[in-house]
Amino acid sequence: MSWLIVGTVPVQGDALMDDQCHLKSGKLFVGAKELPINRGTPALIAFACAVANTMGMDPPRALLAGDIGKGDGSEKVYRHLCETLPERQEKLLVFHYLMPDVYWLHQIMLRIESLSVKPTLIADAGFMYVAKMGGVAREFDLFTPDLGETAFLADESAPHPFYTRGLFLNENMNVSELIELAYKNENAARHLLVKGHVDYVASQIGIFSKISEPCVETMEPIGGTGDSLTGIVSALIEGGMGIPEAATMAARVNRYMGLLASPTPAWSIKDFLPFVPSAIALAKKSL
Amino acid sequence: MKKPRFLDTIANQLKNLGSGNHVHTDRGLLIFNNTSEVIRAETLLKREGIEVSVKGPPPSVRTGCDLAIEFPLNSGLKVAAILAHSKIEPLKMLPVSDPSLEPVSLFQTKDYGEYLMVRAANMKITISKIDEKIVNVSGGGCPDVPFLADQLVGKTLTNCPAPLSLGQTLCGYALYLAYEELIRQCRG
Repeated sequence: MSWLIVGTVPVQGDALMDDQCHLKSGKLFVGAKELPINRGTPALIAFACAVANTMGMDPPRALLAGDIGKGDGSEKVYRHLCETLPERQEKLLVFHYLMPDVYWLHQIMLRIESLSVKPTLIADAGFMYVAKMGGVAREFDLFTPDLGETAFLADESAPHPFYTRGLFLNENMNVSELIELAYKNENAARHLLVKGHVDYVASQIGIFSKISEPCVETMEPIGGTGDSLTGIVSALIEGGMGIPEAATMAARVNRYMGLLASPTPAWSIKDFLPFVPSAIALAKKSL
Repeated sequence: MKKPRFLDTIANQLKNLGSGNHVHTDRGLLIFNNTSEVIRAETLLKREGIEVSVKGPPPSVRTGCDLAIEFPLNSGLKVAAILAHSKIEPLKMLPVSDPSLEPVSLFQTKDYGEYLMVRAANMKITISKIDEKIVNVSGGGCPDVPFLADQLVGKTLTNCPAPLSLGQTLCGYALYLAYEELIRQCRG
């Protein structure tokens, strides 16, 4: 199988990239171009590559363009994906930091529907927002929301996590109820990996697993810990694991990385990369 | 000076908002072409003393990661003149009628000893207490978040670029709210 990660890099005007990724000595390359691993889609790709390296798998391909929030790079990515989807070989598509745009979402979904074999679809960040907004959440196999984003999925009227109504977003909210509401309102993917103090893996049927240990409080402020989780779960699914099992394992790997690294809130996500192999080993032992 | 063409449009829309089905509202929404225009418009209107707030547009006019500006209808022409002067042209004006469009106003603060984190909506910003240096930005899903993080991390609250001047999306706007709240907490 082959897999594709679709997203953006935070550089104005960076050209379209559609190339193989690799991680070498802690540096991420897409084709010959090195990308800084600070957060966002490069962080997702770096952790996907690290898991792939550890498990002896081929690394992913990436489709990226520079976008600092104006949507121009996202549009290049959307357009290129629409043009190339009918001929692409990837069987797993991971959508990440992209400017939410309902028009392009539907263009992509139309082309995916026309494929003879529907690829596995994962969405996080902006593309998860637009998948809900565009009413096609159920077409996806996995969303990886944090708690606020889960409240946004549960709130049928919210167009963005920024507008999630207060009653859905408070300290005492019941995560299971939010998950149930997200499914009731048809705003959730087939599976959810909810990132938080406790991670939840769920589907329409109910909660598959709750992962609360190890708990490293200082992971929360570090930008990119959600990106790393999405990269890890994508790699595990690409490696052949079932989605609920992969999501449970990925949550554990991300937590063990934190335990092994013992970070301060000032750490960068790239500082966790060396801990991936040991974290995978520990997570396997804990299953 | 040539009158901007949308001044007439807005004057007509203001007239229409006061009749028919819209008689119960005293607030209007300005819809813009993109979020960066909204952020610029909000800054300008607040500077001129207009009571405005950023809201979500109704589903019928939403195209993606949108923002809109709520304003008092009785300040409509002044609003239009200020925007015209800065060559910002709203796409349309609508009455405020949907209470679900309120943005998240909840702030959460977490103290990590040497570090302080503030969350606004889906965005978090963390500083080192000793020198007020921004050490991390997390959360969010729009593509300006990694860019904003690159611009802010490593700088202090006083010497970093204002998130409002760089942000383009709702996530960028939430980051600006978190930044303002952090400044409020640090300065008292």
